Amino acid sequence: MALSEKFKGQTPAWCPGCGNFAILNVLKRTFEAMHLEPHEITIVSGIGQGAKLPHYTRCNTFNGLHGRTLPVATGLTLVNPLTRIIAIAGDGDCYGEGGNHLLHTIRRNPNITLLVHNNQVYGLTKGQASPTSVPALASKIQPFGNPSEPLNPLALAIALDCGFVARGFAGAGGLPHLQKLITMALEHRGFALIDILQNCVSFNKINTFHWYKEHTYFLEEGYDPGDRQAAFARSLEWENGIPLGLFYRREKATVEDRLPRGDRESLTAPPFLSAAAVADELGRFF
Amino acid sequence: MDITIRIGGEAGQGMQFIGSALAGIFTRRGLHVFTHQDYMSRIRGGHNFYQVRFSDRPVRCSREKVDILVALDGRTIEVHRDDLDPRGIVLYDERMTRSSYPEPRFKNIPFLALTEELGLAPIMANSAAVGAILGGLGLGLDTYAPVVDELMGKKGKEVAASNLRVARAGSDHVDKMVWPGHLRCGEPGGPPLLLLNGSQAIGTGAVVSGCRFYAAYPMTPSTGIMIHIASRAKAHGIVIEQAEDEIAAINMALGASFGGVRAMTGTSGGGFALMVEGLSLAGMTEIPVVIAEVQRPGPATGLPTRTEQSDLLFVLHAGHGEFPRVLFAPGTPEQALYLTNKAFDLAEKYQIPAIIQSDQYLADAEWSYPKLDPAPLRCLDYRDRATDGDAADYQRYRFTDSGVSPLAVPGLSPRLVVVDSDEHDEEGHIIEDAETRRRMVDKRWRRKWPALRAEIAQPLLYGHDRPELLLVGYGSTYGIMHDAVDILGENRAAAMLHFSELWPFPDPALGDYLNILRQARLAICVENNATGQLARLIRGETGFEFPAFLRKYDGRPFLLEPFMDEIHGLIGKI
Repeated sequence: MALSEKFKGQTPAWCPGCGNFAILNVLKRTFEAMHLEPHEITIVSGIGQGAKLPHYTRCNTFNGLHGRTLPVATGLTLVNPLTRIIAIAGDGDCYGEGGNHLLHTIRRNPNITLLVHNNQVYGLTKGQASPTSVPALASKIQPFGNPSEPLNPLALAIALDCGFVARGFAGAGGLPHLQKLITMALEHRGFALIDILQNCVSFNKINTFHWYKEHTYFLEEGYDPGDRQAAFARSLEWENGIPLGLFYRREKATVEDRLPRGDRESLTAPPFLSAAAVADELGRFF
Repeated sequence: MDITIRIGGEAGQGMQFIGSALAGIFTRRGLHVFTHQDYMSRIRGGHNFYQVRFSDRPVRCSREKVDILVALDGRTIEVHRDDLDPRGIVLYDERMTRSSYPEPRFKNIPFLALTEELGLAPIMANSAAVGAILGGLGLGLDTYAPVVDELMGKKGKEVAASNLRVARAGSDHVDKMVWPGHLRCGEPGGPPLLLLNGSQAIGTGAVVSGCRFYAAYPMTPSTGIMIHIASRAKAHGIVIEQAEDEIAAINMALGASFGGVRAMTGTSGGGFALMVEGLSLAGMTEIPVVIAEVQRPGPATGLPTRTEQSDLLFVLHAGHGEFPRVLFAPGTPEQALYLTNKAFDLAEKYQIPAIIQSDQYLADAEWSYPKLDPAPLRCLDYRDRATDGDAADYQRYRFTDSGVSPLAVPGLSPRLVVVDSDEHDEEGHIIEDAETRRRMVDKRWRRKWPALRAEIAQPLLYGHDRPELLLVGYGSTYGIMHDAVDILGENRAAAMLHFSELWPFPDPALGDYLNILRQARLAICVENNATGQLARLIRGETGFEFPAFLRKYDGRPFLLEPFMDEIHGLIGKI
C-alpha cells in the first residue's frame, strides 16, 4: 500500500540505511491503517536520532529533553484525553538518562505507547556505549571496551509487571510484525513498551542489520503472553536467539482511572472558578 | 496589648496543637495574630517550638521576648528562660519537666494529673495547657470547641468533647492561681479574622487562578503548598501527582501545560537545582508554567527545616541559555496569594516560566487578616481553544509583533501543536540556520520583554515618603521591616522599601525608588543571607551601592528586639 500525503513530514536527517526509516514507515502505515488523523496523535520524544521522528511525519509533537519523554507524556495524558500518545526514545534516552522515569511510569501505568529505538549504541554523540551495548563494544571514550553489562529492558519491564511488553525488529521481514505490535500497543489500555531492535550503520559494527537478522526469531504460534513467569524466562533469551513478539500482556487500572482527568469540555472552557467558588476558597481560613 | 506565647518541647509532644488551637481561638475573637515555627529535621524528640504573638493591633513578625513560656519538657526552660520578659511567666508541669522551679513566675500546673483525673489519655494534657492559658488571659472557653473540632477533624466529636473537659480543668485550675494583670486580655471584640500561612496562600493563589495540575516531589519546606492544593483537588478536579523526582515534576507540569491546562510545580533549593534543565525547556518551548521555590538554608542539604533567603540569584539566573522569566518574592501570605495569581497570569500571557520564591519562615508563619479580597485577582484565559481550523492555518511559533504566538490545545482541532527543545521554525520543526535562530531569539526574548517589564509593580514604600532612614529588603523580611519602621517612625523619618516583584526588575524610570534610595541618609539592605544577594541585584540594575547591611544567616528569622538593636547600632555609626 502506497502512503498518502497525510503523514508526510520534513525530510529526515538520518544516515542512509538507518533503521529509523523502517520504524517511521511502519508508524505511518499504522496510522493510516487505524484511520487516524494527524491531530489525533501526539508524539512525545526526547533527544537522539530516533527522537527526531515526529518531525518526519505529521502529528502534535513535544520534542523535549533527553531522557524526559515519559514525564512529559504523563503530564499530557493526565489532563488531555484527546490524542493517542506515543513516546519515542532511544536506548540511551530511555534506559540511561531517563531510566528512573521508566520505572515509575510502569508503576503509574498511563495510557502511553513507548517505542524505544534500541540500536545498542549512542548515535547522535557518535558511537559511545549505551545502556544496552555489549561489553565488546569499544569507543573513543571506552578505550578498554564497555565495562558494564547490558540492561535487559524486557526483563526489567516484566519484573515490574508492565502491562504490555514487546520486542520488534526494524528490518525486512520484521516490518508487518512490527506494525502489528504497534497497533496492539496503541489499542492496549495502559502503558505499553515496545523495544525495537534496529541497526546503526555508522557506529554499531557488532550488532549490524545482518547480525540482528541472524540472531532474531519470532515467538512461536500459541505462545501465551498471559503467563508472567514464562514471559520473564523468554525475556532472558539472547545468546542462542533473540525472540521477537509480544512477551507479556495484562490489563489493569491506569493512572488516568485513578485521577480526575480532564475531558474535551474542560479543555474548551477557560479554567476559572465561579465567583462563589473563589469566595469560598478565600474564606476557608476563618 | 501585645503578648507572645512560646510553646516548647520535643517533636511529637503537641506544640503544634497548642499553638494552632490558640491562634485559631485568638483570631475568632478578633485578635491579630502572628505565629512562627522553629522545628528540627526529625519526627520525634529534639527541641521544637511554636510561637504565637497576638495583639489588638496588626502584628507582622515575631518578638524575641516571651511573655508566656509553655514548657512541655525541661529543656524548653533551659533553652528559653533567658528570653522571658522580666514580668513574664512560665507554665509547666513538674512531671513533664522533671524538676520544679521555686520562683513565683514559674507556674507549676499539673497538666497530666488534671487529665488523668478525668480518665483521659496523657496526650490530652495539651488541652489542659490551652485551657490554662485561655483561663489566665480571661478569654474563656467559648471559642474553644469549634476550633478543636476543626483541628481534630476526622477524629470526631467525642475526642473534641474530651479535650474540652480537659481544657476546662486547666482553666479552673488557673482561676485559683495568681496570674499577672498585664497578661489579661480584657474583653477583646471585633469580627473574626482569618489566619493563613505562606504555603496555604500560594496554594490558594494557584487554586483560584484555575491551576488544574500540580506535580512535585515532597521537599521541606515546600510540601505545604502541595498539601493545600491536594486538599482542594476533589472540589476542583485538580490532578495532583507525586513525581519520582523534581526533574519528572517539572516535565510533567510542562506536559500538562502543553495539554491545555494551567500547571504548577513546587520545591525547595535542592529540588529546584534538578528542575533547572526543565526551566530552560519551558523557556525554549514557550510553555507557561508556575514554579514555587521555597528556600531553606543551603548549600546542599543545609538546614532542611529552617529559613534563609540564599537562592535569589540562583533562581534568577538558573537555566542554560537566555529566556525571559518572572520572579516574585512575596513578603506576606496576602502578597503570596495575589502574586501567585499574577505569576499564573503572566506565565500564560507571555508563555514563560514564572517563579514564586518563598522561604521556610514565610511558608510556616501564620498571619491574620480581616478578609481576602477577590477583586484584585486576574483571571483571563490566553489559550487558543478553538475547536475548528485547518492545520495549514496554524503555526505554534508564528512571528508576531508581541513575540507571543497563539497557543492551541492539542487534539481540539485539526491544527497541529508542535513544540521543540531544539531551535525551531514557526511550525516548531528543527532548524539550524542563523537567520531563523536570530529571529526566534528576538521573538522569545526581545519582543516580549518591554511589555512584560511594564507589568511589574514598583517596590512598596511604607512609612515616611522622604525617609532619612530606609530599610530595604525583599520577600519574607517584609514583616520585620514594617514593624521596625512603625517603631522608628515615632521619632525619625523612617521607611521601608520592599521588593516583591524582582524580575523583570522594576524599572527605576517608572517610579521614584532610586531617588528615595539615593536621598536617604542611611539605606540599610536587610537580607536573610550571608552575601547580600539583593544588594548585588540592586547595584547591578541601578548602580546604587548600599552604605549599610543587616544580614542573618544562622537559619533563623529576624526577631524584633535584636533587629532593632542592630539598626540602632548602624544608626550610631553615622
